[in-house]
Amino acid sequence: MTEPLLTVSGLRVRFAGRDVVHGIDFSIAPGEKLALVGESGSGKTVTALSLLRLVQNASLGGTATFDGQDLLSMPERALRGLRGQDIAMIFQEPMTALNPLLTVGEQIVEVLQLKMGLPRAQAWPKAIQLIADTGIADAATRANAYPHQLSGGQRQRAMIAMALACQPRLLLADEPTTALDVSLRGQILDLIGSLQHKSGMAVLLITHDLNLVRRFADRLIVMEGGRIVEQGPVAEVFAQPRHSYTRRLIDSKPERDLAEVAACELSIVAQARELRVGYSVPLRGLAGWFRRGEFVAVQGADFQIEAGRTLGIMGESGSGKSTLALATLGLLPSSGELRLGELTWGASTPQNQRMRRTMQVVFQDPFSSLSPRLTVEEIVGEGLLVHEPALSAADRRERVLAGLREVGLGTDGDALALLRRYPHEFSGGQRQRLAIARALIIKPDILVLDEPTSALDVTIQKQVLTLLQGLQRERGLSYLLITHDVAVIRAMAHHVLVMKDGLMVESGPVTEVLQRPLQAYTRQLLAAAD
Amino acid sequence: MFGWTLVSNSTDLSAIPVPVGGNSPTRRAWARFRRNRLGYWSLLVFCAVVLLSLAAELISNDRPLLVRYQGQFYVPVLQDHAETTFGGDFQTPTDYLDPFIRDQLAQPGNWVVYAPNPYGPKTLNYFAKSPNPSAPSRDNWLGTDDRGRDLLAQLIYGFRVSVLFALALTVTGVVLGVLTGAVQGYFGGKTDLAFQRLIEIWSAMPELYLLIIFSAVFAPSLALLLVLLSLFGWMGLSDYVRAEFLRNRQLDYVRAARALGVGNWQIIRRHVLPNSLTPVVTFLPFRMSGAILALTSLDFLGLGVPPGTPSLGELLSQGKNNIDAWWISLSTFAVLVVTLLLLTFMGDALRDALDPRKAEQ
Repeated sequence: MTEPLLTVSGLRVRFAGRDVVHGIDFSIAPGEKLALVGESGSGKTVTALSLLRLVQNASLGGTATFDGQDLLSMPERALRGLRGQDIAMIFQEPMTALNPLLTVGEQIVEVLQLKMGLPRAQAWPKAIQLIADTGIADAATRANAYPHQLSGGQRQRAMIAMALACQPRLLLADEPTTALDVSLRGQILDLIGSLQHKSGMAVLLITHDLNLVRRFADRLIVMEGGRIVEQGPVAEVFAQPRHSYTRRLIDSKPERDLAEVAACELSIVAQARELRVGYSVPLRGLAGWFRRGEFVAVQGADFQIEAGRTLGIMGESGSGKSTLALATLGLLPSSGELRLGELTWGASTPQNQRMRRTMQVVFQDPFSSLSPRLTVEEIVGEGLLVHEPALSAADRRERVLAGLREVGLGTDGDALALLRRYPHEFSGGQRQRLAIARALIIKPDILVLDEPTSALDVTIQKQVLTLLQGLQRERGLSYLLITHDVAVIRAMAHHVLVMKDGLMVESGPVTEVLQRPLQAYTRQLLAAAD
Repeated sequence: MFGWTLVSNSTDLSAIPVPVGGNSPTRRAWARFRRNRLGYWSLLVFCAVVLLSLAAELISNDRPLLVRYQGQFYVPVLQDHAETTFGGDFQTPTDYLDPFIRDQLAQPGNWVVYAPNPYGPKTLNYFAKSPNPSAPSRDNWLGTDDRGRDLLAQLIYGFRVSVLFALALTVTGVVLGVLTGAVQGYFGGKTDLAFQRLIEIWSAMPELYLLIIFSAVFAPSLALLLVLLSLFGWMGLSDYVRAEFLRNRQLDYVRAARALGVGNWQIIRRHVLPNSLTPVVTFLPFRMSGAILALTSLDFLGLGVPPGTPSLGELLSQGKNNIDAWWISLSTFAVLVVTLLLLTFMGDALRDALDPRKAEQ
């Protein structure tokens, strides 16, 4: 066994008198691919950042020996020499990690000038070479592009080029693929893998995605609540997880548990024909002064939602799937035919209200979908104020409590205290339950689920999906489920619709589409998810 | 009614800290306010001072509160009594600072309760022992101004005028600003465009010239000043409220409310407005102090309140003209500084109180 490149022992991170990381030990060998896995709040990102002392207002304890020097106690000036040179870092969101006012080429040249002392004339071709190495086509012209002119994947590639500019011996990759579309995630990870292979650097990959770990890492560390609960070779841990938390993580793949309704007794609750949504956008150049162009977000969408069943809409970001959901909810103007039962949007206000009552929505981000200044009672009870204004305050409270119990909140403890809490006092999963309770309180027939689990941790995702499945069985709800996650589609949907660039690429029963995809694009999506 | 069984896994709520300070949202907001010590004490002190200044007639008045003269009670603070009532020679209202009247009231069997500071804002002390402006003494605790009026009385009445004026100006400014900002931000598009152009044109009007012109045309009064300053005071705030509305109206909770069928007005009132008030609340104390300063500086320039009205600005201008009468400028300056500081501290605490996300440890 070779000498480890980095040995961490007894690492503690403390914020404002509260320990976030409770004395952890691990080491990375040169050229090793180590994955640090855990859910949000487990302390994995803080651990990585504290190795470079990049966490503000934290007091650090323990040692982190890199190449014979203790990173945690060495002088700031010496550490600055190591950062970027021997230890480089890639962040989750390349849009905010790159400087928007400099071209990506200039940013890489800056690193080369600063760290390697190269003159500008030599640094520029080297920067282009680095960009080309990360698989960006036409690197010489792309080097002159500003970050906003690149796609998400290209930006992350440029980040990687920048991180690898000085041939670091250790790369800290903090959720490098989380902000990217599924089909890009694999590509970026493969890129890191091949560059790692070429240069022989060690990689510390921080992620919550076990698929990526299985695909990428040699060894795995599982963190929970600031402690390491398990570590070992990837194959071993996946085959025989010893700790219960690891088992929960591995088992968190959502399961299909649906009432299969016989095809003959299906009634159609919503139907769309040739649905089209366009935005008016300013034209470029002089023409923009006189007329406005149109950006078509969704075009020619045909679908129907059947009672008690789920229609899944799958696609990457920008494919128009969320626009389609908003148009179905009547929140965006659309053309074409869209019926809920016998009703269409926009005929009259009372009719719109009747339709609103039959269709409700749950959004992706539970942090922005609940008004931070309203209490739970006000949030959940709002629909009753609109649709059953005759209800007395006491009855309304009763209904709110019943609705909360239904989503698994307030079954223990003081239910009345629960009503007076504000959203920020709940965890992400609980907030998502609140959002579901708000939608269900007026007893709609259709629930639009816009990425209902993508902002949640994996174990919470499973809980929320189980809850949704249960509600569908009990109440015969129909779901319009929008997601990029094939596992969620597999667990939830009866019928699938694949969208790309505003067009429907493929549709059919879930078993058929997932097992025998007809289109190349669908196959690509499915392959990326495995 | 809810016949179906409970669905699946309940989550553990016991991990959530129980909020302090009682249960209702208002009480919790109050608890958050009180946690900011400085702001809390500032509020208490400010309220006390304002209340005292509202009762200024009882504290600083040249008329005694109660007089017992030859077996009869008189309440001069409420009504005029001719000098003859107290054994004087003239039918004019009594000057209670006159040594003759004082002697009359001090005779055996008579007594008198003076206000703690026996001068009103307009009282000229004809019987002062030193030339005007006179330095602080036992008679005039903070001295007198260059016309022989008691400085303490002037400050008390001037403070009251300033605070009431600032309050009125702030309220009208905030109401107008929030209203226009909300309409622009929530409806956006052409409404927004029209309002923005209107504001640009309106804000290009020279405010100071208008004030000068108007103070020449009309008799200067507080009401006129209030109207003129309100006409221009709402624009700064409306921009902030508009920006907040533009940001908040496209958030998911507003979409969810629209999907629930909540009307525009209710969405503004329940969802967007409370989340857009941070700049309003943050600016509130500064607007208040700004209004006090505006009145003060207009008075200083002689464009403000009608002559004879007690005012801090007029005192400052006297202080400038009588630079060696340090007590005028120093005490006026101290009153202004303390008032503005109290308002600022209260503003900080108010902002904390209105944000339920502030940790409640």
